[in-house]
Parts: sequence; C-alpha cells; structure tokens
Amino acid sequence: MLSNDERVEFYRQMVRIRTYEEAIRRDYHADKTPAWDIGAGLIPGEMHLAAGQEPVAVGLCANLRDDDALTAPHRPHHLALAKGVDMNSMTAEIFGRTTGLGKGKGGHMHLFDPAKHFSCSGIIAEGMPVAVGQALAFSRRGTDAVAVAVAGEGAANQGAFHEALNLASMWNLPVIFVIEDNDWAISVARDASTSVPSNADRAAAYGIPGERVEGNDVEAIYLAVKRAVDRARSGGGPTLLEVHTVRMWGHFEGDAQAYRGEELAVAEAADPIPAYEAKLVADDLLSQAEIEQILAEASEEVEAAIAYAKASPVPDPTDAYQHVFA
Amino acid sequence: MTVTDTGTNTRRLTTAKAISEGIAQEMRTNPEVFVMGEDVGPYGGIFGSTTGLFDEFGSTRILDTPISETGFIGAGIGAAVEGMRPVVELMFVDFFGVCMDQIYNHMAKIHYESGGNVKVPMVLMTATGGGYSDGAQHSQCLWATFAHMPGLKVVAPSNPYDAKGLMISAIRDDNPVLFMFHKGVMGLPWMAKNPRSIGPVPEEEYTVPIGKAAIAHAGSDVTVVSVSMSVQHCLDVAEKLQGDISVEVVDLRTVSPLDRETILASVAKTGRLVVVDEDYKSFGMSGEIAATIAEVDPTMLRKPIKRVAYPDIPIPYARVLEYEALPTREKIEAAIRDVVS
Repeated sequence: MLSNDERVEFYRQMVRIRTYEEAIRRDYHADKTPAWDIGAGLIPGEMHLAAGQEPVAVGLCANLRDDDALTAPHRPHHLALAKGVDMNSMTAEIFGRTTGLGKGKGGHMHLFDPAKHFSCSGIIAEGMPVAVGQALAFSRRGTDAVAVAVAGEGAANQGAFHEALNLASMWNLPVIFVIEDNDWAISVARDASTSVPSNADRAAAYGIPGERVEGNDVEAIYLAVKRAVDRARSGGGPTLLEVHTVRMWGHFEGDAQAYRGEELAVAEAADPIPAYEAKLVADDLLSQAEIEQILAEASEEVEAAIAYAKASPVPDPTDAYQHVFA
Repeated sequence: MTVTDTGTNTRRLTTAKAISEGIAQEMRTNPEVFVMGEDVGPYGGIFGSTTGLFDEFGSTRILDTPISETGFIGAGIGAAVEGMRPVVELMFVDFFGVCMDQIYNHMAKIHYESGGNVKVPMVLMTATGGGYSDGAQHSQCLWATFAHMPGLKVVAPSNPYDAKGLMISAIRDDNPVLFMFHKGVMGLPWMAKNPRSIGPVPEEEYTVPIGKAAIAHAGSDVTVVSVSMSVQHCLDVAEKLQGDISVEVVDLRTVSPLDRETILASVAKTGRLVVVDEDYKSFGMSGEIAATIAEVDPTMLRKPIKRVAYPDIPIPYARVLEYEALPTREKIEAAIRDVVS
C-alpha cells in the first residue's frame, strides 16, 4: 500500500525530527553550567522534547495538507516539523528572537503558524476544543479540510477532552483526535491515572470510531490516521485514535526520571528509528550510504536553523508592549 | 413584548432587543458571523439576547450547544482563528469557573503569543449582576476579574442604545471582547426594571466606540463614575439632586481598556469622586479608578474618594441580605452628600 519512496520519506522525516530534538537538547544544556539554572542560557525555560514519538508526527502529518489544522500540546516540535512549519522561524522562536514565529513572545510551548494552520497550547487537553472550532469553520465553509487535535494520554482524563469529543460527535465535524500514549504523565504512569485499558475505548461513549495503534510503527500509524482522515473528509465525522508510543527522554529537560526505574532502559531500547531503519535496509530500500546522506542532510538543515536563530536579533525590550491587541 | 411604539421617529427597544438587533444586522451583512451557546436558539437566550435570531437565520447559524462551556468556547476560539466571527454566549458569567482556561489562557493570549500573527475576533457575551435573589453563584458582576487579564476587552452597557452600538463594535473588533450585560438592564418582562432599560434605538446600524466613556449626566460638583446597571441608579440620583447638587455621571460603558482620560477630566473639573460598582470592592474596578487619580494627581481631589461597591462577601440569597450589600440609590446619594459636604 505504501510506496518505497513513501517509506523512505517517513524515515527521512523521523531522522530530521530526531536530529532537531538532539540539537535543541545539546544547545539547551550547553550554557546552563556550572550551576544548572532553568532560566539561563540562549534557550531558557521549560523544554519538552519528543524523542521516540517521531512515528506519531510523521505517520499523522503524511495524511495532512497545509489547509488542515493541527493543535499540538506542550511537546510540539515533532508535530510542528512534520506539519511543515518552517524550521528557521520555529527555532528562532525557541531562541526568543524577533524572527521567530511569535517574535519571541510565545516560546517552545506556544508556536503558531497560521499558514500551516498549526498551533499549540501548554495547557493539557485545552487545544482539543479549539480544533473542534477549526473543524466547525471548515465545515461551515464547505471545504474538505480537517482538524487534528493531538494530546498525551494524560489529557484524556481532562474535561476538555470529553467536551471536545461530545461536541465533535454531536455536530459530525471533521476532527481527528490523536492521543499520544507515551505511558507517562510526567511521573504518573498511565495505569495509575486512567480507568480504561485503552483511551480508544472512550470513543464508544461519544458514538464515534476509536482505534488504538500499538507498536509505535510509523506505517501502522499512517494507515490508521488515513482511515480517520478519509472518513472526516468525506463527511463521516470524528475519530479518536490512541497511539502507543515511547517517551525516550524526560518529561522536560532536567527531569532525573528516578520514578521510571528499570522501565527507562526499556524505553530507550525501544527507539523506533533504528528499528524502522533496519526494516528498510532489510527490504533493500536503504543503503548505508543513503542513511549517512539522510543523516548529513538533516544535520545540515538543523544546524543552519540554529545558526539562523542565533544570528537573529533579540527583541527590543519595549516589544513586550506590542501585540496585546490587534 | 419588547418594542414600544412611542409614535416618534425613534423606536424604543429593550436592551435585550437592541442587542439581538445588533447581532442580526451584522449577520445579514457578514456571513462569517454566527452565534452559539446554551439556549440561544428557539429559546432566544435565557435573557433575551438572541431573541428572534433563530427564526431568521436557522440552526446553521444559531447553534444551541450542550452544557459544555469549555467545549463550545474553545470551539468559538477555533472558528475565530480561522477567520470567522463567532458570538458565543456564556449563560451566566458565574459559570466562568468551568471554562476560564479557554478564556484567559487561549482567547486572551493567542494573539500576543503569536506575535500578532493570529487574530481571535470573537465576542463572548454573558449575563451579570444580581438584585433578584439568585444567590451567590448566579448574581456576580466579575468584570474586574476579566479586565484584570491582558488581551481582553470588556464592555458593559447601561442602556439599549449603547448595547446595540457596542455589540456591533464588538463583532467588528479583531480582538476578543467580553460583552457583559447586566440582567437588570435588559428590560425583561419578568424582572423588575428601571425605565432606563427601555430607550430609543435607531433602526440603522451604528457603533459605540469600545474604550470610550460617556458623560451620561453633566454636572460640576461631584463626579460619579459607574458602569452597567449601577449607572441607572446614579442617573436617578443625579436627577433627584438636580438643583441641589450638580452631579456628573460618567458611564464607563467599557471597563477595559479603561477611559482614564474622561475620568481624569471630570474629576479635575469637580474635585470630588464617587465610584459606584456592583462588582466586588477589593482589588477591583473602583480601586483601579482610585489608583488612577492617585498616580496622576491626587491634589485634584478636594475630598477623599468614596466607593460604593459590593462588600467583600459572597452574594447572599435573602432579599434583605442582598440589598444590604448592593449599591442602592440611597447609598449612592449618601456618598455624594458626604463628599460634597
């Protein structure tokens, strides 16, 4: 069903995202020494990185167009890059520069790219009703664009999740709700927070299709999302998907993760990118030289974006007073 | 029921009818405008703010919602960022507790966080105020709670003319606007009302500027600043005292952004200030106005400021208890007499 080119492209996109997260991680920690200070350095503040969750972003966004909307949660980089948000503008925002998506006013949890209909919210589950409204606008205008709300498994216990599902079902809106189950809501395991074995089961409460995708497999995720997007575009209404993925790193950078115990090594070993790479190599779709080229191209693009951000001007302090009102 | 024919050229409407007429006129000219909320459809809004809209525009543009304020206010935001102009009703402002995240973390902040790249042209209209024994969870004003949040405009009209003009301005504004209507100014047939809740409203579309107060009654002895329902009481008192004390009533019309210039100009003229506010006294609008005078030039005051505001208590149910706390005409008159003595 998937072409060879599509499969290689999935790999390329996942490598691109991982390269980005590794570079942000490196630069985030580079100037927080000797005494680690979360507010210090060229990238200050909280930093939530998505290593391990690349298959979700890539499998999801391969089904989306620029005019489809996506609301992301506090851990947004993989989704933004896969949705096509400009890497330079996004990186400049993370570095708090005037050339950033929000001119330095948003930061890494608040990335907005209206051209790509991409947004995020740092408040758990609260981007989901917004996606419902975007779908309402698309539906009212008679386009076949869809809206996607992505949230973690911890978000499925929030009221906003349930209100969004009910409203989307009531109004038969083109929304796809995607739950990234990485097993952890910061330090609380999903088994300690969630009353059902699969959040996809909760779709039944709202009379919509629900599906859980195991394996953190980009191809399975792509196909599950494709079914949901096809349904939404053709007037079939919303779908709830839960994707079982993996959080290879901490909730935020600096998270010692003592609560994970032996599970952490298991998570790190469950890296989806080498696994997919091995699959493509076994299928004769990738040579070692091609892998190295993909890595080199990703690194070049990411380092160029970081250089762009670092070379961009910091805001004038008085810019703080602009853009309160349109 | 709501239209009174005076036989003159200018019709007299209730505030509720004036609001719904303003919405209808914008809907006729702009297909991006739509309404959603609880009981805004065939019911016409619990307080009449959407009367008649369902009959004209139908269920595709007047959407009854489930009791799901986070869901539908969030959906309003989503539609607004895609360029529509939703008018969303939060039935009682007191219900903000179940949906405040959408209001202050999303509706109010998206424009700023996006560096001005995303607009949220949305009206959130909501009923405020007490005086009819609806208790602590259905009687609050709370405009200062929202005015405290950067990124929100907050309007609260006192009469039908301003209500229609402010609603049209709010719909046309590219920013989120809280349109707070006091139940007492709506002219509802099932609630005791001041005659000022029914008044002349031009048939044509017009705007009342957001952020601009009005001199509702000109005077020279004392400035009385107020907003919404309390303005009606202040005008009653000003007219009663005519010939004895010359009272200037400033109707703020907009709580935020606050029209400090009009307040300062009036107080500079009179040297005396009474602030009347049905919202809670501490940390609120009356304190903000007092601070404005204190920061700019406290010497313009010939007497200390008086505040007639809601005491710092939850709103009680029994009529005698509620009226102990409300800013009544008697309290306003006493405060005026005190500052001019």
